[in-house]
Amino acid sequence: MFLSMNWIGDFVDLTGVDMDDLMHKFTMGTAEVEGYQWVGKDVQDVVVGKIISCEKHPDSRKLHLLKVDVGDKVLDIVCGAPNARVGIKVPVALPGGKAGGMDIEPRMLAGCISNGMCCSQKELGVSDDHSGLWELPEDLPLGKDLKEIYEIDDFIFEVDNKSLTNRPDLWGHYGIAREVAALTGRTLKPYQTHSLDAYESLPEVPISVEDDSCYRYSAMAISNITVPKSPENMQIRLYRCGMRGINLLTDLTNYLMLELGQPMHAYDYKRVSQIEVKKFDQPFQFTTLDDKVRTVGTDTLMICSQGKPVCVAGIMGGQESEIVDDTDSFLLECANFDSMSVRKSTQALGLRTDAALRYEKTLDPEMTRTAVARYLKLLLEIDPDVKVISRFSDCYKKHYPHRVITIDKDYVDRYTGIDISEDRITKTLTDLGFGVTRRGKDFIVDVPSYRATKDVTIPADLIEEISRIYGYDNFAKKTTRAAIHPITMTPEHRLHRGVKNLLAFSYGSHEVHTYIWNDGKTLGQLGLSNKGILHLTNAVSPDIDTIREEMVPSLICVAAKNKTYAQEFSVFEIGSVVTGLDKDNLAIEEKHLGVVLVGQKGSEEKLVMRAKSICESIAKMLRGISFYYTNDESGDVKEWEHPYNAFTVMAADEDPITPDLNVGRIAIVHPSVSAKINKKLALVGIELNMDAIWPLTRIMPKFQEPSRFPSITADITYQVDSSVRYSEFMRVIAQHPSQLLKDTELMGIYEDPDVKGKKAVTIRYTFGADDRTLTSEEVTDAIEMYRGVMRELGAMVEG
Amino acid sequence: MSEKIDELKQTFQEDMDKAQNTEDLENIRVKYLGKKGTITELLKGMRNMQGDERKEAGKRINLLKAQVSESIQERGKQIQKEMEKRLLMADRRVDISLPAGNNIGSLHPITIVQRELEEIFSSMGFAVEDYNEVVTEYQNFEAVNVPKNHPARDMQDTYYLDNGELLKTQTSAAQNYILRKYGAPCRAIFPGRCFRNEALDASHENTFFQMEGMMVDKDISVANLIYFMETMLSEVFQTDITVRLRPGFFPFTEPSFELDIHCPFCGGKGCATCKHGGWIELCPCGMIHPNVLKMGGVDPDKYTGFAFGLGLTRLAMMKFDINDIRVLNSGNLKALDQFTIL
Repeated sequence: MFLSMNWIGDFVDLTGVDMDDLMHKFTMGTAEVEGYQWVGKDVQDVVVGKIISCEKHPDSRKLHLLKVDVGDKVLDIVCGAPNARVGIKVPVALPGGKAGGMDIEPRMLAGCISNGMCCSQKELGVSDDHSGLWELPEDLPLGKDLKEIYEIDDFIFEVDNKSLTNRPDLWGHYGIAREVAALTGRTLKPYQTHSLDAYESLPEVPISVEDDSCYRYSAMAISNITVPKSPENMQIRLYRCGMRGINLLTDLTNYLMLELGQPMHAYDYKRVSQIEVKKFDQPFQFTTLDDKVRTVGTDTLMICSQGKPVCVAGIMGGQESEIVDDTDSFLLECANFDSMSVRKSTQALGLRTDAALRYEKTLDPEMTRTAVARYLKLLLEIDPDVKVISRFSDCYKKHYPHRVITIDKDYVDRYTGIDISEDRITKTLTDLGFGVTRRGKDFIVDVPSYRATKDVTIPADLIEEISRIYGYDNFAKKTTRAAIHPITMTPEHRLHRGVKNLLAFSYGSHEVHTYIWNDGKTLGQLGLSNKGILHLTNAVSPDIDTIREEMVPSLICVAAKNKTYAQEFSVFEIGSVVTGLDKDNLAIEEKHLGVVLVGQKGSEEKLVMRAKSICESIAKMLRGISFYYTNDESGDVKEWEHPYNAFTVMAADEDPITPDLNVGRIAIVHPSVSAKINKKLALVGIELNMDAIWPLTRIMPKFQEPSRFPSITADITYQVDSSVRYSEFMRVIAQHPSQLLKDTELMGIYEDPDVKGKKAVTIRYTFGADDRTLTSEEVTDAIEMYRGVMRELGAMVEG
Repeated sequence: MSEKIDELKQTFQEDMDKAQNTEDLENIRVKYLGKKGTITELLKGMRNMQGDERKEAGKRINLLKAQVSESIQERGKQIQKEMEKRLLMADRRVDISLPAGNNIGSLHPITIVQRELEEIFSSMGFAVEDYNEVVTEYQNFEAVNVPKNHPARDMQDTYYLDNGELLKTQTSAAQNYILRKYGAPCRAIFPGRCFRNEALDASHENTFFQMEGMMVDKDISVANLIYFMETMLSEVFQTDITVRLRPGFFPFTEPSFELDIHCPFCGGKGCATCKHGGWIELCPCGMIHPNVLKMGGVDPDKYTGFAFGLGLTRLAMMKFDINDIRVLNSGNLKALDQFTIL
């Protein structure tokens, strides 16, 4: 929103106030000033002149040779404006002056001397009009500096609209002036209006409000309009604030909106002389005054006259009833609507006007009478012959409660942490328009209606008023005096941190971030479907509307994008997935670890072992739990998984009673998927449910004293069918426990190319006891047992 | 006798000077100390002596024997050393300039900055919490005092889901949960991912990280907030930070502030980071709204508190001088693999 300091100056005397300082205070105390500038500095020595001679330039079709009387002399000026003619008064920039972004000097134009420049409005920065010379009123004295007549000089500043969202009172110059007065300690002048009391006996404008979203509708009818245009200075102010002059009646509504923040509308009285406010049962077409045909829905509030819609309430008037050249009487609307209702209509119509912008902020309905009275005052000053033909007609449906808030100094001290004097509290609140009465220690604060619609409702709101005008810069900084409480990391947090460190610093993996929704496009390219339980209702594209169920597909997409990164690499992320809905239809969200390992084709087994090693490391970090891996070929295989090389990760803790938990998967990525990335690549994925794992975290188990007696190792090599899994050996060993067996270790698997279908598996057994050195008989017996037991696997023992 | 000994000494020294290896040395040992060695022969020759002469000769010969023996031993050690040295010198030299690789991957820059902040806050007694990404409308809005029909709930800002839930638009959504979990007094931070329906460009992402923090106790004041934010941010930027508060408006706090920091990159002179204004708008904050405390089960008549929301993503970008926000969610390892800080 652009604001004019001239305008604010109407309401508060700013003589001697430093503008840089004021802008800083405004930013720090009220709302962010986005920018400011002095305008008119580039216009100097422009005076009223009269064209007394106008001849065609001998060599140019467009140019004229003028003689212009500027009071004390007559200047020869070459001018290209189409409306240059004898008899009109125009602005003349004298040599040595400035206009149109130029320094004016005598110069040759198309072979003729030009001693100055006749100016358009645009060249003087007072409007966009560059169609011709600014034709000044006949009665202006020749040679008078234009700056003494018009507001060419001003100080314009822009306030960020967003920072005014909660301040409906700051959407006009008068409200801003109130803040400026409080910030500078100056006095706000009373708002001058024309009393409406004299018109009480005039007829009423019939108003019927049929919908609750119209809080107040006020109207007044006025006739005998004779002045078509608003005064130049009014138009200049409108222009500087981003609007432009249209006709007097409309300009005045805009002027009031910019001054008081109250939108108004003027209808041609010939077309609108009574008012109904309602919604329609059926959508219909309506032409707004920007000449656009719009479809109005059933939720949009309309202003009607005799059943016919004439205005979209709070947003924009209709074309049919707008003020036109021959309008000599009009109906002035000044209303208040529910902010939500206006906002919804704005969205439905895709039309956000300056009026709507203000209604959305929850305006004070008390303002309508003031606005009408002010309008009338300004109108009478410009066009004293107008005749009021109705009383102030008013349908006031919803009043906001009158708010009184009581605070005391202790409360202010406690909240601010500093000592703001009682006098200062009273002065600040009073300056801002609050009524303050003292009763003992209490401040009984009467909230003005323009702050009471939503902004100031509780004591804490007053703290803000007191503190911001006091200035946050002036606050002391103070530490707290709070008791000390120990803080420990949650087990979940600890696990996440440990796992990330493990992957990044032990396995050389790279952490990435992917979106919570599937990358549908890349999945499609890889032949994977965009699956998920939840969908966004307002995604920009169906490619990114599905909330993911698992991490690995997201990371496969990342791997695909990095396929040329290195021969071998891996990526990981701990992220959210939605795996289902609970009985209340709420998302079941889990934090999953996803890892994708990428290597060359043929290295799948190595990659799976690396993946398993990652899981084993995690289990080891958790202490007291172990993972084992099952592959049920008939079970559910995910789309991205190799159907025969997908494994479920099961977690078992030391407690035999609690059932083992399915905590995730390790799988080779389906070859058809990896082939689509690159035929030479192999991928392996890990998906682990971190939420299932962290509750398994155990406290540190008791220290175990290592045996002081030597242990003895023995390597036994078994020859078995290639199909026999290592887990079979472990099962047999578990079924034949020995007190003496401390550990087993796989030393190697050898597949002799000459012996088809067989492999040699070497296992190292470690024997020992905590209380003695084993005898050679004991060891021999144990070795013999483990040589023999593997016969059930069809094993032959070598050596 | 003494002549013999001197002569022997001399030849021994000559022999020793010639000895090059252990074999030569062994030959010398045999020549002088062996069963038929010259010194052994000398000792044998004492049989013919008597009395003092014999005593004297014995002394001298034994001394000679000890000297010769020691000399041979010394020389042996020396030769051994020289031999070892020759062998070591013949060993292959390792080319240390060959690349060795490493086993270090990378952490996401957000993780690195998040950890840094978590450490700072933990050291000041703040618990670190986490929260869901999919939340209910109540959690995201009502519970933090954003009423129904508030503009913040507009479709264009919020990602709504087909089960009626939504993706959390702000970490403030967790305030209610944290207050209910800890009660008052309470100090906690909760970093998390937030979502807003925005078009992507170099400075806008629909998915970004914030870190909410709050402190609730008896008599927590605006003055405390300023002190605290300044202390914390000085630690984050590792330099003395000056903060300033401006009025802001957020439904979850009253009063609300926009917190600016005096630009630590240019000292307030004006640079690209502060958009040449000398101040950086860094973090919305404020005194927790009494309604939020109430809904979190905390009595606003007894307790006050402040809350703030740090833009973790923005902080990471500032810290690492990342100019394009899209890098963070790109998954592009060429960009991300440089973040190897533990």
